Amino acid sequence: MKNYKHNINSEIAFIHLISKKKQTMVAALGVTVGIAIFIFMNSLMYGFEVYSVESLFKSTPHLRIYKEEHISQPLIKTSKTDLALLTNPKITKESKKLINPNLIIEALKKQPEVIGVTPNVSVNVFYNNGEAQVTGRTSGVNIEEQNTMFQLEQYIVEGKYSDLKANQNGIILGVGIAEKLNVRLADNISVTTAYGVSKVMKVVALLKTGVTNTDKTLSYTNISAAQQLNKQGASFITDIYVNINDYETAKKLIPKFKQLSGYEVEDWETANTSAAAANKIRKMMAMAISFSIMLVAAFGIYNILNMTIMEKLNDIAILKAIGFSGKDVIRIFVKEAIVIGLIGIAFGLVLAMLLVKVMGNMWVGGDIGFFPIRFFPKFFGLGIGFGLIVTTLAGYIPARKAAKLDPITIFRK
Amino acid sequence: MIQSELLLQAKEVSKYFYEPEKFKVLNNISFDIHKGEFVTMVGKSGSGKSTLLYLLSTMDTNYEGNIILDGENLTQKTKEQLAAIRNEKIGFVFQFHYLLPEFSSLKNVMIPALKLGEYSKEEIESRAYSILEKLDLKDQALKPASKLSGGQQQRVAIARALINDPKIIMGDEPTGNLDSKNAAIVFDLFKHLTTEFNQTVLAVTHDNDFAKASDRIIEMADGIIL
Repeated sequence: MKNYKHNINSEIAFIHLISKKKQTMVAALGVTVGIAIFIFMNSLMYGFEVYSVESLFKSTPHLRIYKEEHISQPLIKTSKTDLALLTNPKITKESKKLINPNLIIEALKKQPEVIGVTPNVSVNVFYNNGEAQVTGRTSGVNIEEQNTMFQLEQYIVEGKYSDLKANQNGIILGVGIAEKLNVRLADNISVTTAYGVSKVMKVVALLKTGVTNTDKTLSYTNISAAQQLNKQGASFITDIYVNINDYETAKKLIPKFKQLSGYEVEDWETANTSAAAANKIRKMMAMAISFSIMLVAAFGIYNILNMTIMEKLNDIAILKAIGFSGKDVIRIFVKEAIVIGLIGIAFGLVLAMLLVKVMGNMWVGGDIGFFPIRFFPKFFGLGIGFGLIVTTLAGYIPARKAAKLDPITIFRK
Repeated sequence: MIQSELLLQAKEVSKYFYEPEKFKVLNNISFDIHKGEFVTMVGKSGSGKSTLLYLLSTMDTNYEGNIILDGENLTQKTKEQLAAIRNEKIGFVFQFHYLLPEFSSLKNVMIPALKLGEYSKEEIESRAYSILEKLDLKDQALKPASKLSGGQQQRVAIARALINDPKIIMGDEPTGNLDSKNAAIVFDLFKHLTTEFNQTVLAVTHDNDFAKASDRIIEMADGIIL
C-alpha cells in the first residue's frame, strides 16, 4: 500500500515557517537575544576572572620552592627531670640557602607539567636617594627567564628590561619607589640591606604592574647583585619559581615537587590566600549568574516557541483529522523549532561577538585599561549547544502536548 | 433494498460528558451502514448526532462500546493506528472548511495523499487536479485556500476528503455554513457521489431537503435513535 515516502512533514514545516516570516523572525529573535546574552555574560564574568588571576601572576609564580627557616637547636638536650637550661634560639643565618639549586632546576625542567623555571634571590632592602628612604624587596633574577615566565616586558613603562643584562649594577624599579625617591631612568640610587651591604645601582627601567603594593616595593636586579646584597657567594639561591601549564592543578603538584627538590613548596593560592579566596567567590558568583541567565534565556525561548505552536493548534487538529499521527505532528513542530533555533543561534553568535567587541573596546582606565572581556570559543560552543537543546525541547514539549489530544478536543475549544 | 456489504457498525456505543456535570450524551447506540448507502443523521441540537459522528470518525476516542469499520474494530486501535485509518479510509467534511490557510487549494487536496504515499507526487497532483476539475475548481487550484469564497473552500474540503478514495465520507453539517446556492451545489455533489460512484456517505444535517434526498434517515433525540 505504502509505495512512496513523501517528505510531507518537512514540507508543512517549511511552509509554516515561510508563510509567517514575521512570526518566524520574532521567534528567532527571541532565541538570538537569549543566546547572545548567555554568551556575553559568561564572557564578561570569565574575562574578569582571567584578568584577576593574571594580575596575580604578574609577580607570583604558580609554585615557589624555598627552604623553611630553621630555629637553631641547643646543643645539649634537656628533659623535664634535668636542670633547666636557658637557651636563646635564633633563625640560622644559612637557613635560606638552597643547596645545589641547578640540579633541582634541571630536574624540574624535565617534568611534563612545567613550562618555566627560574632561580631567584630575594632580599629585603632600603632604597636611598639622599635623605629619602623606601623599604622594599629586591628580586635577583635571570631577567630573560623572568620575562618569559612573567611577561615582564608588558609592564615596563620606561627603559628596556634587557638593559639589566648589560649593567651588572642595574636595577629595575617599581614606579611607586621611583616616585617616592624622585628618581628617573639612568639615575643612581643606593641600596642597603640589613647585612650592612650598600650598593650604588643605576636605574635601567621602570616597572608598573598595576598592583600598587608591588609597584611601591618591588625591584629586579641581577642574581649576582642580589647575592652581594645578601652578603653571599655565587651559589646562593633563596627561591626557585615554577610555572606549570594549568595553574588550577598547582596544589596537586606540591607533594611531587617536594619530593623532587627536597625543599618546601608553596602554591600561589597559599601565597595569596585572600586573593585566592576572592577568586573562588568570584567563580561561584559567575556560576550562579551564568546558571540564572541560562534559566531566564531558556524560559524566554520556550515561551516564544510555545506561543508559536499554540497559535497553530487548529492546524494540528486539521492535520490529525486528515490522518496525520501524533508523531507526525511532533516531527513537524520540532523541525520548525530547530530551524527557528538555528536562525536564532546564528544571529545570536553574531550579536554576542559584537557585544564582546564593543565591551572590549571600552576604556576603564586605572590599572585595568580596556574592559577585561575576550572571545572565549568555549562559551560560543556552549551557546550553540544550549540553544539547540532548548529550542528542540521548546518545540517538542508543547507539540507533544498538542499531539496527544483528540482532534475534536481542539476543535471544541 | 438489496442487502449489500456491511461497512460501518456501531455496537452499544455510549458516551458521557463530564463537564459541567456527568451526563450521558449517547445511550447504547447500535446501527449499521452498508456500502454505497447515503445516510443522514438528523435531530435537535444536543441530541448527540454530531458527537456520534465524531466517535465513528475516530476523532474522539473517549467512549464505551465498539465501532467496527471495514471489518476492523476501531475501539482496540492505538491513536497512531487510528490516524492511519482516518488517512486511508475516512474522508471527513466539517461544517467549517478547516483547510490549511497557508497552502494552495491544490496542496490542501494533495496533503492526505502525500501522507498516505500510495502514489508518486506527480500522480497525486494529476489526481488532485482532476478532482478539482470535477468540482469546478480548477481555476482556483493554485490560489491560497484562505483567498477562496466560502462555497469554494467547502468544495476544496470535499475534494480533500475524496483524494484517497475513502471507504466512507462523513460530513458534519457540510452545508450548514453555506448560502442556499452553495448548499445546493454541495448537496448535489454528495448525491452525485453516491449514485455515480457508489460512495458511502454519512452526514449530520439540519437541512430537511438534504436529509430527504438520502437513502436513509437516522433520527436522534436525547442520545438515542428514534
